[in-house]
Order: sequence, then structure tokens, then C-alpha cells
Amino acid sequence: MTIELGHFALILAFILSIAQAGIGFTFWRGNEMAQRFVTQAAILQFALVGLAFAALVQAFMADDFSVRLVVEHSHSLQPMLYKITSTWGNHEGSMLLFVLILVVFGAAVAAFGRNLPHDLKTLVLSNQGLMVAAFSGFVLFTSNPFWRLDPAPFNGTELNPVLQDIGLAIHPPLLYLGYVGFSICFSFAVAALISGRIDAAWARWVRPWTLASWSFLTLGIAMGSYWAYYELGWGGWWFWDPVENASFMPWLAGTALLHSAIVMEKRNALKIWTVFLAIITFSLSLLGTFLVRSGILTSVHSFASDPTRGMVILTVLALFIGGAFTLFALRASALRSGGLFAPISREGALILNNLFLSAATAGVLIGTLYPLVLEALTGARITVGAPFFDVTFGGLMVPLLLLIPFGPFLAWKRGDLAAVTQRLMAAIIVTVVLSLLVFGFLGFPITLAPIGLGIGIWVMVGAIAELVDRAAIGRVGMAQSWARLKGLPRTTWSTAIAHFGVGVSVIGIVCATAFQTEIVTSMRPGEATEIAGYTVTYEGEELVSGPNFTAEQGSFMIGSPWGGERALTSERRVYAVSGMPTTEAGIRTYGFSQMYVQFGERFGEGGRVVRLWHKPFVLLIWLGTVFMAGAGFLSLTDRRMRIGAPARAKSRTARAAQ
Amino acid sequence: MRRFWTLMITLLALMMPLAAGAVQPDEVLGDPLLETRARSISANLRCLVCQNQSIDDSDAELARDLRLLVRERLVSGDTDTEVYDFVVARYGEFVLLRPVFAGHTIVLWIATPILLGGGLVALAVWAMRRRRPDTGAAKLTSEEEGALERLRKG
Repeated sequence: MTIELGHFALILAFILSIAQAGIGFTFWRGNEMAQRFVTQAAILQFALVGLAFAALVQAFMADDFSVRLVVEHSHSLQPMLYKITSTWGNHEGSMLLFVLILVVFGAAVAAFGRNLPHDLKTLVLSNQGLMVAAFSGFVLFTSNPFWRLDPAPFNGTELNPVLQDIGLAIHPPLLYLGYVGFSICFSFAVAALISGRIDAAWARWVRPWTLASWSFLTLGIAMGSYWAYYELGWGGWWFWDPVENASFMPWLAGTALLHSAIVMEKRNALKIWTVFLAIITFSLSLLGTFLVRSGILTSVHSFASDPTRGMVILTVLALFIGGAFTLFALRASALRSGGLFAPISREGALILNNLFLSAATAGVLIGTLYPLVLEALTGARITVGAPFFDVTFGGLMVPLLLLIPFGPFLAWKRGDLAAVTQRLMAAIIVTVVLSLLVFGFLGFPITLAPIGLGIGIWVMVGAIAELVDRAAIGRVGMAQSWARLKGLPRTTWSTAIAHFGVGVSVIGIVCATAFQTEIVTSMRPGEATEIAGYTVTYEGEELVSGPNFTAEQGSFMIGSPWGGERALTSERRVYAVSGMPTTEAGIRTYGFSQMYVQFGERFGEGGRVVRLWHKPFVLLIWLGTVFMAGAGFLSLTDRRMRIGAPARAKSRTARAAQ
Repeated sequence: MRRFWTLMITLLALMMPLAAGAVQPDEVLGDPLLETRARSISANLRCLVCQNQSIDDSDAELARDLRLLVRERLVSGDTDTEVYDFVVARYGEFVLLRPVFAGHTIVLWIATPILLGGGLVALAVWAMRRRRPDTGAAKLTSEEEGALERLRKG
């Protein structure tokens, strides 16, 4: 019964969203009734879709095997957590989650947007309604999760064992919060184009949404990467898989948007470009959804390979992206350009940042789509894999990383590069000294890894240097510096922390790639292997059983070079229902480094293939992303980010200044 | 400078020991130098039955066969290029994770540098243009100068 209730609620939400878009787009100009209607519709939709989603979760929790989706993706023996996550561990459910997050953001604009100009609010919510209509329609007509089965089977066919992990509880919701969050920026861009009005107040509104979405997306991607690292069993953390690229492209474009929105808010410049980026970022999110859901790409992520669904999503994609760009082409010239600035200035630096990030986005997009296009045109089949992206993407990132520390030091409007270099001199010296120390510590190798480390150190030191400079540490007394440091706006802190995080990730990436040690060997119980100073002893295996799997579990003892022994187990599981094998790597963390043990096939008499990795500083990769996302959230708490009276007063002065 | 960095990164990428999970102990060659070459070749070859995995990472039977084949060729004295050529002749270009640089892939390889270059040129042009009007705008037409002259006298 609840499932029918959920189904009905979703149908109501679909109809409501059509009305919302229709009425909103028709009567947006100066109509108080329309404004109130779209606001209430957005909030009501949230209740309805929330109900629909809750009904589906309830069906999974209660093992309601009369629901087809539950039968196909769950099993009564699964632990409760995986029953719940099974809700979105499949195509239909994940699309419903997509719609849920769309309406969550819509309702948030409706609820918190009291200070928004009414016309703008109506247009934003109408566009949001249009997207809800498109995607809830897609769910209802091509991917309906609410269908029943008659007669109901006694049990289900289990969630894909690879997905039975805490990662599924975190990764997709975070990723969708990021992807879908950019829909708000998209809606704001469309609203600006339709109304032809765009000012600093608009940017002040768009920036928090961009920040929030970007932070969620950062965490979502990082979580996915860490999940792949420990679950797929060979310790890789980024594969340049088309599906990863699909989430990475909106992140790159979103990072560019984040920076250009600053220019727009502070200096009222780069308006057209910011609108363009807002459209591009969400378009790339949609493209990612299409690539993953259409079955064009095969991967762990593509649960559904149904051409009909692919066609429908492609149509939705074409309509939204095509529509937005047509609108852009027609109306962009109506947006007047704002403040002037010299090439060497904070604005100029941010433009350069945008140029590199856009080129990187384009590079990833071209690399991902090229094989598809080439095959369609000529029939030739090629593969664009990790080695290609490492070279092209890496080549773009090096200059960008080197330039990062200069940006925050440059003044708005007109900067002085020589003076900035002078202020950065201490940071440059510290970087060189640290890099040389590291280089020496490594024994002056002829590889280029030390250069990578030097770049990471430079980005980190540069971030600290900005804080030191702002607080005038060393130039005024300690007490005064401390007071200055405390008085710095949170956005300044978050810039420094985020950039610092980039450096941390770079160091993690370089170390984990260049200095990892790997041993492939066969071991018998009692035998020991030395790796990177650690001693790994294989103690034996036993058969263990979990709630819905049996596993051969290898026990190991790891002796670290600093003394102390820690036990570790690594498993080869076979899931009872699907009969699918998975590996559970054994991981032990030492500081930021990890020992990674994979328990392999039987080998010879009583032996086992064992693969051992020592991954130095590998955790820094994800720690850096936590810094970045944390900085994003910190920035959201800045007083200046809050939309209220001071913001309005500011925008008035900004307008007066034009 | 950019070319230098691109080159550096390329070298960096080439020098990095590549992660792997699938190689069996009995596949490992006795000669460590040969084994290193085998591993770096394997990391650039696609497992044909997998989803975007190199044969170095893949547990699939076919990947194992291909790894053994690569090692067999290396032991018999082939250079790296000869091994790649041999594999491509057998399985087609699809097997290369790093696409060749040829007519049909030229757009793939040069599109991004061209976009970046174009962007930089556009920025440079904008920066140059921005400077010129500062001096250009100061110049008055003869008519305006006449008017100015009259005003001064007047």
C-alpha cells in the first residue's frame, strides 16, 4: 500500500512541476500570485517526492518482494544498511534520488530566498520545476521503481556485491548533491538570460550555491576514489574511467565557475563568462548522467543499458542544453559588462585560472568522447586510457599549480607582479630549501618525482604565505599579528585552506605513484616477506561466513620498521545468492601511509598468491580533498555570504558605482 | 616553457613505476630489467574483455595470456616498439591505452593545446588592445582640435 502511495505522490509531484513551470514562465514579470504559486509548489514538491522516496526505502527495508525493484536488487539476508542503500544502488532508485535532490534544492531556494527579487525567484523556480518535470517524467514513464510483481517471489536476487559497502551509502548521495546542486546555478543563469538582468546581487546569490555544490562534489568524487581504492582490490585510486571523467568534468568546470563568480561578485566583471560557465557546468553534469545511464559506456556504474532510456535522456539533455545555449546566444549581448581591470590584476589571474581549468575540462571531454565519435564516423576503434590523460591533463596542471600562490597576492583592478614576487620571496626561499632537503633525503634521484613534490610544497607554502602576509607576521608584534589573523574574513581563510589542500593532494599523488613498493609473491603459512622495511608474515587461512557470503580469509601479521606488530586480514568472498566473487583488501594505516595486502588465488601446495603494496603518504590524496571541501563549507559561513540586509546595501552601492 | 613542462610531465609519467594487481608470481621474469619493461608495456595495453583496465591490472584469463605473450616477445629479443607492433597487428589499435599519434587521432592530441594556445593568444591580444586606446583615445580629430582652440581663445 505504501508503495502505491509513493507512486501516487510522485505522479502528483510531476503534474505539479508542469504547472509550476508553465505558470511561472508565463507570468513571471511582476506577478505576485505567480511568485507565491511557484514558491509553494516547490515546497509541496519536496514533501511529495520525499514521500515517494521514503515509500521506496520502506519497501527495501521491509523486504517487500512484491515490488519488482526490491526483488531485482535486494535480498532478505543483506544487512539492514545495504538494504537501505540498495534503494539507490540501481538505475530506477538512483534516478529517484536525483529527482529528490532536485526538489530539495528547489525547496531550499523557495524557503531561503525571501530576499530574492521576486521576478528572479519566479524564473529560477520555474526552471527548476521544468527540470523536475523532465526527470520525474523520465522516472515515471521509462524507469518506474514502483511496479509490483505478481506473484511475488520468496526472495530477491541481491544487490551487486561490489556495491555492498558503506561507500554506497555515502558516495552517490554526495555526488548527486554536487551534480544536482549545480542545477540551481543553471536555473539562475537561465533566469538572468530571460530577464536580461544580472548584477552583483545575482552573483552573491549564485556563489553560495556554487560553493555548496562544489564542496559536495569534491567530497563525492574523493569518496568514490577511496572506495575504488579499497574495494576494487588493486590499490588504484583514479583510473580515468569514462564514468569518473563524467564526474570530474563538472568538478573542473565548477571550480572555474567558483573563481569567476568571485570576480563577478566583487568587481561586477566577467558576467557573460560566468553565466556561460554556469550553463556549461550543469550541462556537463547532465552529460555525465546521460553517459552513465544510457549504456553507451560500460562500467560498474552503468546499471541500465537500455537504449530507450538513453534516447529519452539524450532528448532531455538536448532540450535543456540546446535551449540554454540558444537563450545565451540570443540574450548574452543584453548583459552589460562591468568593471574594468588591467591584465595583471586579481581579475587577470582568475581569468588565467579559468583558462587552464576550461582547457582541462575540454581535454577530458575530448578524451572521453573521441573514441565514440571516431567509431561512429569511421568505424575505427581506439582506446583513450590513463596514459593519454596523465600526459595531457598533467601538462595543463603544472603551470596552473605554479601560478596558484600568485593569485591571492595580486590586487584587484591593477596588480604589481614585481611587488607580489617580492612579497612571495620568503615563500620561494622556503620552498626551494624544503624541496632541496626532500631531494637530498631521497638521495638525489634522477627521476622527476622531486619536481612534483616541489610543486606541491610550493602550493602549500604559498597558501600559508598569504595568511602570514595578511597577518603581517614578523612586521608587527606577535599580539597584533594574532589579532589580525583572527580578524581575517573567513573567505580569506578558506581560500588559503583550499589552496593548501590542493598542495596536500599533489604531494599525496606524487608520493603514492612514484614511491610505492609492490611485491607479488606466493606465500605459505609461516612465511614472511620484507617490503619497504615492513615484515609481512602470512599466518594461515580460514573459512569464515558473513550474513550473505562465505570467505577465505588470510591472516597476516605486519611488523613495522618502528617496532610493533599489527594483525591484518584480507578476504576473498563469494556471495551466496549471485555467486559473485569479490576481494576485500587488508589495509593498515601508518601515519599517512598504508600497507595494502591482497589475498590471491591458491598457488602450489598450501600456498597463496599474495600481493603487497606499501603506499607512502597515499592518504594525503584524500586529506587534501577534505581540506578543499572543508574550506568550501567554511566559506559558506562567512558573514558576507549570508544573503540579507548588508548584501542589499552593498549591491546598491555597486550599482551606484557603475 | 610550457613545452618544457609538458615534456617533463611526460617523462615523469613514463618513469613512474606502474601499479598492478594481477601479475602472477609464475609470470614474473627472472631478469628484473626485462620484467620492468614488461610491466610498463602491460600498463599501456588494454584488457580486451574488461572495462577500461590494463592487462597489468586485470585478473581476466585473456589478460594473462597477453601478459605472457608480451614477456615471450621480450625474452626472444624484441624491442618495446616491436612488441607493441606485434600486439597491435594481432588485436588492432583498440588494445592501446595510449592512442597513436596519426591522422585519425590528430584532433584528439592537438585539440587541447590549441584551445589553451588560442585562449592565451586571445588574452594577449586583449591585454595589448587595452593599452592602445589609452594613448589612442587622447588624440583628437582636427575638427575637435579646432573646437578646442576656439574654446581656449573664446
